[in-house]
Amino acid sequence: MFDLLSRFIAELRRVGLPVSLSEHVDAASAMEVISIGERETFKSVLAATLVKDSTYRDAFDTAFEVYFAGRQEGDLDLGPGGDSGTSPAGPERSEKEWSEDLVDALAEENEPALRDAARGAVERYAGFERGRPVGGAYYRYRTLRHLDLDAVTERLSALELIGPTDNELVEKLNRDEAERRVSHFEDLVDQAILERLVEDRGAEAVADSTRETLPEDVDVMHATRDELADLERALAPLSRKLASRLARRRRRRRRGPLDMRHTVRASLSTGGVPLDIKFRPPRPAKPDLVVLADISGSVASFARFTLHLVHAISEEFSKVRSFVFVDGVDEVTRFFAETDDPGVAAQRIATEADVVAFDGHSDYGRALERFVEMLGADVTRRTTVLILGDARSNYHPARPEFLADLRERVKAIYWLNPEPRGYWNSGDSVIALYEPHCEEVLECRTLRQLEEFVSSLP
Amino acid sequence: MSALDPRQALAERLGIEVPAPRFDSPAQVGDLLAGVDYLPSSEIAAVTFLADRLAKPVLVEGPAGTGKTALAAAVAAATGSRLIRLQCYEGLDESKALYEWNYRKQLLRIQAGRRADETASWSDLEEDIFSDDFLLTRPLLEAITAPDPVVLLIDEVDRVEIETEALLLEILSEYQVSIPELGTVRARQIPMVFLTSNATRELSEALKRRCVFLHVGYPDPERERDIVTTRVPGIATQLATQIAQMVYSLRQLPLRKAPSVSETLDWARTLVILGHEELGPDVAAETLHVLLKYQSDIAAAHEALLSGE
Ligand SMILES: Nc1ncnc2c1ncn2[C@@H]1O[C@H](COP(=O)(O)OP(=O)(O)OP(=O)(O)O)[C@@H](O)[C@H]1O
Ligand SMILES: [Mg+2]
Repeated sequence: MFDLLSRFIAELRRVGLPVSLSEHVDAASAMEVISIGERETFKSVLAATLVKDSTYRDAFDTAFEVYFAGRQEGDLDLGPGGDSGTSPAGPERSEKEWSEDLVDALAEENEPALRDAARGAVERYAGFERGRPVGGAYYRYRTLRHLDLDAVTERLSALELIGPTDNELVEKLNRDEAERRVSHFEDLVDQAILERLVEDRGAEAVADSTRETLPEDVDVMHATRDELADLERALAPLSRKLASRLARRRRRRRRGPLDMRHTVRASLSTGGVPLDIKFRPPRPAKPDLVVLADISGSVASFARFTLHLVHAISEEFSKVRSFVFVDGVDEVTRFFAETDDPGVAAQRIATEADVVAFDGHSDYGRALERFVEMLGADVTRRTTVLILGDARSNYHPARPEFLADLRERVKAIYWLNPEPRGYWNSGDSVIALYEPHCEEVLECRTLRQLEEFVSSLP
Repeated sequence: MSALDPRQALAERLGIEVPAPRFDSPAQVGDLLAGVDYLPSSEIAAVTFLADRLAKPVLVEGPAGTGKTALAAAVAAATGSRLIRLQCYEGLDESKALYEWNYRKQLLRIQAGRRADETASWSDLEEDIFSDDFLLTRPLLEAITAPDPVVLLIDEVDRVEIETEALLLEILSEYQVSIPELGTVRARQIPMVFLTSNATRELSEALKRRCVFLHVGYPDPERERDIVTTRVPGIATQLATQIAQMVYSLRQLPLRKAPSVSETLDWARTLVILGHEELGPDVAAETLHVLLKYQSDIAAAHEALLSGE
């Protein structure tokens, strides 16, 4: 059993969750307290000892389903097994009867019956083949194709779970509730498929194909819609994390003025002699930051996340100004000034910023020219300039001379490119022309890289 | 679990008898809390049970108004313990959290000694002014030294600066406080400890390692309905069901600020006062502002739920 725990924790570490030795020990103690057979409770207490950041919980749950798939009291050995038990309820039953039973189970929220139904459906429709190296998605598709869950949802909402449908609000509520229950059933189908896969191939092999990427490690440019939604949610906690880390660093850097009250109090343990002088937190001089971001199609999400992150830590700077462009440039600092939620401001940019001056294709040369003009004299030797984009300029003139000119007047220019380095300078990418005028050009594809860069800003 | 039993190990270090566990099972936690009108999810009950068995603090994190503070209060009430609360804020320091020497009194004592032309040595005097008599006990020390059963709540720990967190570490792992002038004060019993956080700031690894972690999210519609019926006397079941469901549906929308459980309860109370027994689009539209704080969120709710297609 403890071996199973070790293997599970090894998997969590492969995912990227930090698990310390003392947390491993706590998890082992938790296993002594709650039996593995009480699966949901067991999952809760294991998570409580191993996951200390709620953005990692999804990844934990996925790994848990694999490593503790279908295990019940009394089958704690490690070999493939953990038989799910019951075969599809009853012998041959018609599809109609089957779906009536499902609707009943959903209406009553009868969890054991639902689990059984999910296993039955997988048994019957997934066409499971031993040793066949396909992922869960294939079996999921085959199972759900037969189930017609839309019809089940319809019938479930007709049961008026929330109340008599005599107005459109209650009608909508009935439907939402039906959908919620059906989507829970789909989760149970996924679990049942996972059980079968693990039985067939063992946890390690299945984990390799189901492992979740932590939000901060997702490649922003190639993220799926779901992944982008996860990123969106992870961004706020991530930026808070970053903000507090930076604030801590800043405070440590220098010490502030004398703190009289603290000093006097401390002196009492030395008979009133102030041996131990206390200082207030310091207020060091902060740099200015100016951001210029390409928000054309392919790099739009990356720009949005970066602007969100930068403004979330705006306290670190004495001033932040943000500009976005496609083939025109617009300053968007005002969006961030109007709300205390940088996420909301970043959203507004997509719909409200005025960035198309000509044909709506990125034109870096024109953007740089206009940007330098708009900045005018409002830059100093304390200004750091951050440019975000793939430098794909649609074969327009690159005009690096504007960057060269700007560099003379500021502290540093950094360029973050969300494309893999291997693609740089192919096709219409002209990053090489800008590189000589930047302090550094960095590949930045994930929130983790972005966070590392932003926190390294001097 | 003798060999690994963390409670036994801790009790030995503290030099006290191993206390009896507070709960028999997670299910019993659920029942006890329901007995004081707090309805935990099975996860909340499980982690509370675990924390007692491991003798570890619980770090409860989640959005505002989801019952984090209420959980600690409910555990205290359900176990017949006194709730000792440390409310955190920016600038909280040792003297407000742990203890403080009553230095006015100490100075008076020193001056009194001078005037009387005391011949007593400095070391006598020192021993005197750094004794219990001159010590002002703050919540953390109070919880440690309490002879009666207590639940310690360190509320909104994310509000203190990260340096201040260090003050908590010794208590959270060893249930003791070191006072340079007095020595180490050890707990006389093992209190249950809850820390709450809205995650406005990342807490230190050191703090998180010492705690078991509990994320409290929004309840599912069924539990929220039960919370509403428990907390709002006289509400019609039908109305409570519809309220919970409406709030659930609203939380699926991309709102700036999703409604919290406390806002659900406010809304339910409003509807009861207005004499409603069920929910319709007009009633909902007129009272939505109790639930949603931003105009843009209200508009989004109208669009999604109240504008019949
Ligand atoms: N599970 C529950 N059972 C009963 N009442 C609940 C439950 N959850 C929340 N409540 C009620 O919701 C209200 C808000 O709870 P509480 O103040 O504990 O929230 P909180 O999470 O501490 O919020 P904040 O982060 O703003 O401090 C309280 O009135 C509480 O009684
Ligand atoms: Mg609270």
